[in-house]
Amino acid sequence: MKKKYDIIVVGGGPTGSMAAFEAARAGTSVCVLEKTRDIGYPVRCGEAVGHSGLMQFTNPKKNWIASKIKSIQLVSPNKTSVDINFKKETGYILNRRVFDYDLSKMAVDVGAEVYTKAYVEDLVIIDGCVKGVKVNLLDENIEILSDIVIGADGIDSRIGRWGGLKTSVKMKDMESCVQYSVSNVNINQEQMRMYVGSEFAPGGYLWIFPKGDRSANIGIGISGKYSKEQSAKTYLDKFMKNNYPDASILTTVCGGVPCPKPMREPIGEGLMLAGDAAHQVNPMTGGGIISGMKGGTIAGIVASESIKSKDYSKNFLKKYPQRMLQDFGKNYERFYNIKLAVNQLNDDDLNKIAASILSTPLEKRTLGTVFKKAIFKKPSLVFDVLKLFSGF
Amino acid sequence: MIDIVQNKCDYCSTCITVCPVDCIEVRESSIKIDDNTCIDCNLCIYICPIEVLVQQNEEKI
Repeated sequence: MKKKYDIIVVGGGPTGSMAAFEAARAGTSVCVLEKTRDIGYPVRCGEAVGHSGLMQFTNPKKNWIASKIKSIQLVSPNKTSVDINFKKETGYILNRRVFDYDLSKMAVDVGAEVYTKAYVEDLVIIDGCVKGVKVNLLDENIEILSDIVIGADGIDSRIGRWGGLKTSVKMKDMESCVQYSVSNVNINQEQMRMYVGSEFAPGGYLWIFPKGDRSANIGIGISGKYSKEQSAKTYLDKFMKNNYPDASILTTVCGGVPCPKPMREPIGEGLMLAGDAAHQVNPMTGGGIISGMKGGTIAGIVASESIKSKDYSKNFLKKYPQRMLQDFGKNYERFYNIKLAVNQLNDDDLNKIAASILSTPLEKRTLGTVFKKAIFKKPSLVFDVLKLFSGF
Repeated sequence: MIDIVQNKCDYCSTCITVCPVDCIEVRESSIKIDDNTCIDCNLCIYICPIEVLVQQNEEKI
């Protein structure tokens, strides 16, 4: 390990790896610090991505993919099941453990250095500019300097808080999640299922994502607005008892998903945040793999440009949120508005929408038509829905 | 004051995200709450997905 790098990336998930990959590829010296002992573990994620999302970065490898998804089944509060076939898109349920590891390796292959069990204790701040980190590496306290620090350190982004950025999330915009990776379940391996409504998952949804060979990720996210009355785990356990009493739970993970609008200014002097740390999550689905990778990619590119220009100021780094907003940020703000409208629907509304979609022939159903019906209380969002769901 | 059921915790850091006074520290396999900073707003209790955090019994204080 060197005493000084051009760029330090805190966090070795997909966001951090993409930031490191882009920055190292552009010829800058990059160091990735991961607090856990394993890249890719524990997996706090439903692991669902779209083919087109992944293709923006790389061709998916066979061993990344646990199952290929061709349709989605939405289940309404009164258990009306509505199937919708994907039109152009294919979905994947990933093996994040393998996927994350390969992305990290990709960054290393172009020159980045990765360290695990590297727990960052604080930022080094000189004259108001971030100039490195204090890290505990295998029980040794070290100071590493850099011109830029990229915080890809997840929902609790301490990097952001130490850097003076407002990373906390309001309860109503936080999803409280728990997921079981289960075996011995008989489910359609080409279909993802989502349950909505106050009985299943108030202010969120319950998901079943197949993971091949009688296995699945069964998880739930409920809004912090409702988690006071009953925990996410209570809802999920009730569902498991009623629907999959014979399933064996091989892994339990929990976590929070920040679902506000993405941060508009995830930057400071010599500092950038990306991924969950910068709330780069689709606020409606809670999906954050692709947007995290994109945020990381853009952050890595802008960081390398800043190194080459020897300008590490917040003013220079503004290019990053500008490009992020152009790329997905503005769409995510639209998704946020649609989420607010959908959250206003009660169980009756959802049941009526399900019944109405069921009367449409399967080949004519799209996610776009579903959400056009779901925003009937806010017709001003029709154009946003058409734009966002054009490929589905 | 908030009690932590240590053996239940998955160290997911969700509590940290909603804490308004930044008094929770989570590491790879440990969690601590700084009781001097905590303002007993209980948001961490409400957001925890698996009920790791609980209000301390009044008799205990």
